[in-house]
Amino acid sequence: MSTDQNILVKLNNAGLQLNNKWLVKGVSLQVEKGKIVTLIGPNGSGKSTTAKIALGIYKKIDGSVEKYTNEVGYVPQKISIDWTLPLRVNDFMILTESLNKETIDEALSLTGVIHLKDKNLGDLSGGEFQRVLLARAISKKPDLLVLDEPVQGVDFTGEIALYELIKKISDELDCGILLISHDLHTVMSATDHVVCLNGHVCCSGSPLDVAKNNEYKALFGEQASQILSRYKHKHDHIHTDEGEIKKN
Amino acid sequence: MFDDFFIRALVAGIGVALVTGPLGCFVIWRRLSYFGDTLAHSALLGVTLAFTMEFNIALSVFIISSMIAIILIQLQKKTNLPGDALLGLLAHSSLAVGLVVVGFLSFIRFDIMGLLFGDILAVSVDDLLIIWIGGALILLVLKLIWKPLFASTVNYELAEAEGLNPDRAKAIFTILMAAIIAISIKMVGLLLITGMLIIPAAMARNLSSSPQSMVIYSIIGGLLSVIIGLFTSLEFNTSSGPSIITAALLLFILSLFKIKQSIKLKN
Repeated sequence: MSTDQNILVKLNNAGLQLNNKWLVKGVSLQVEKGKIVTLIGPNGSGKSTTAKIALGIYKKIDGSVEKYTNEVGYVPQKISIDWTLPLRVNDFMILTESLNKETIDEALSLTGVIHLKDKNLGDLSGGEFQRVLLARAISKKPDLLVLDEPVQGVDFTGEIALYELIKKISDELDCGILLISHDLHTVMSATDHVVCLNGHVCCSGSPLDVAKNNEYKALFGEQASQILSRYKHKHDHIHTDEGEIKKN
Repeated sequence: MFDDFFIRALVAGIGVALVTGPLGCFVIWRRLSYFGDTLAHSALLGVTLAFTMEFNIALSVFIISSMIAIILIQLQKKTNLPGDALLGLLAHSSLAVGLVVVGFLSFIRFDIMGLLFGDILAVSVDDLLIIWIGGALILLVLKLIWKPLFASTVNYELAEAEGLNPDRAKAIFTILMAAIIAISIKMVGLLLITGMLIIPAAMARNLSSSPQSMVIYSIIGGLLSVIIGLFTSLEFNTSSGPSIITAALLLFILSLFKIKQSIKLKN
C-alpha cells in the first residue's frame, strides 16, 4: 500500500479567522492509519481549533482539508450537555451510531465505567464522564480518532491506563489518532509525530526532533525539552537533577 | 351514543396527539417553544389567505409558516437583534397583519374565536384525512432524521464531526414544525398549539429517565389531554383548545408529585 492510501486526514496550510483575528494559521499536517499525531502548545495556541478544522466542523477556513474517512470518533475538550434531556450513559453511547449491547459493554469495560451504564449522564463526575466520552468514541471502531484532552479530570493511575488504552487501540484497530494533550510525560512515549502549535506550527517532527528545536525550548522551557528527550531513552535509566545518569 | 362531530373530533385529536408527543420533546430539548409560538401566530395570515384565494387551509398555513421560518433565519443572519426580539417581532406583526386582513374580509363569515382557540364542530372528514395522512408523513420524516437531529440536540459539534449533517436535520425539523401547526390548527387553535407541543412533553420529562421513555410519556399525556379535554368541552360547551390544554396542565401538575418522590429517593 502506498503512503497516500494510508492518509486519513490532511490539512494543507489550513487556518481559521474569526472576527478579523487568526485563531490558527498555516497548519499543515496529516494523520495516517495506525499513527498517533499529537498537538502540543500553550493555551490559546489553536490546538482545539486545529482539531475542529480537521474534523470539518468549521466551514469557512483558509487553506484546505482533505478528509478521507467518515468513520470518525471525537472526544471534544469541552462538552456542554443540556440537562433538559433525560440521557443515560447507554443512550449517549448510541448517539451517532447504533451499536449492539456487546460492543457498548466492551467499550465501557475498556475505559472502566461499565458499572455506570444505566446512570444518568448528569450524575457522573468529571472523570467518569471523560471515560464515557472516550468509550463512546472508540466503541464505533472508527478509522480516525480525534481526542482533545481525553483524560482531563481522570485520576492519576487512570490517566496512565487510558493513555495505554489509546496506544493499544491505535495498534489494534489500525486507526489514526489526532491527540491533544498538555501532559508531555505521558504522551511522548507513544506519539509518532508531534506538532507544536503557537498560533502557527512552530515546529513538528518526532518527539526527539521537537525536543531539540529551539522554538520549542523557547515556548516550553528547557525543562520540557528534557522531558521529551528523556522519554526517548525508554526508561532504562533516569536523569538526576544534577545531570547525572542513573541506571534503573 | 355520541354525535358524529364528536367522534370526528376525538379521531382528529388522537391523530394530533400522536404527532405532537415526539415533536414536543424536541421543542423542549431544543428550546424552541417561542419559535413554535411565532409560527403559530403567523398561521392566522395563512388562514385568511386560504379564505381569500379559496385554497386549502392546512396547506396555506403550512406555506405561510414555512415562509416565516425562512424570514426568521434570514433576519438572524442580517441583523444584530437578539433571537427572542426577532421572534416577537414576527409573531406579533404576523398576527396583527392577519387580523387586519380579517377585517377586510367582511364578505365572509369568519369564526375568529374558533380559529384562535379551536373548534371541535369545525372538524370535517377532509380535516381528518389531512391530520392522519399529514401526521403519518411528519412522523415518518421525524423517524428518518431522528439520529442526526437528536445527536445535534445533545451536542452539535459531535454530530457534525462524526458526519451526521445536523444542519440539514435542523432545516427539515423546522418544516415539520410548520406542518404540525398546519394540521392541528382546527383542533387546538393557533394561540394554544404550542401548549399542546410543550405541556405533555414537560409532563413527560418529570416522569422519564431516557429520551425514548420521554417520547412515549409525552404521547400518552397528549392522548389523555385530548380525550379529557374533548369530553369536558362537550359537557360544558367550552372551546376545545382551552379544554385540552387545561387537561394537559392538570396532568403536568400531577406529574410534579412523581419528581418529588424520585428526589426523596435520591436523598
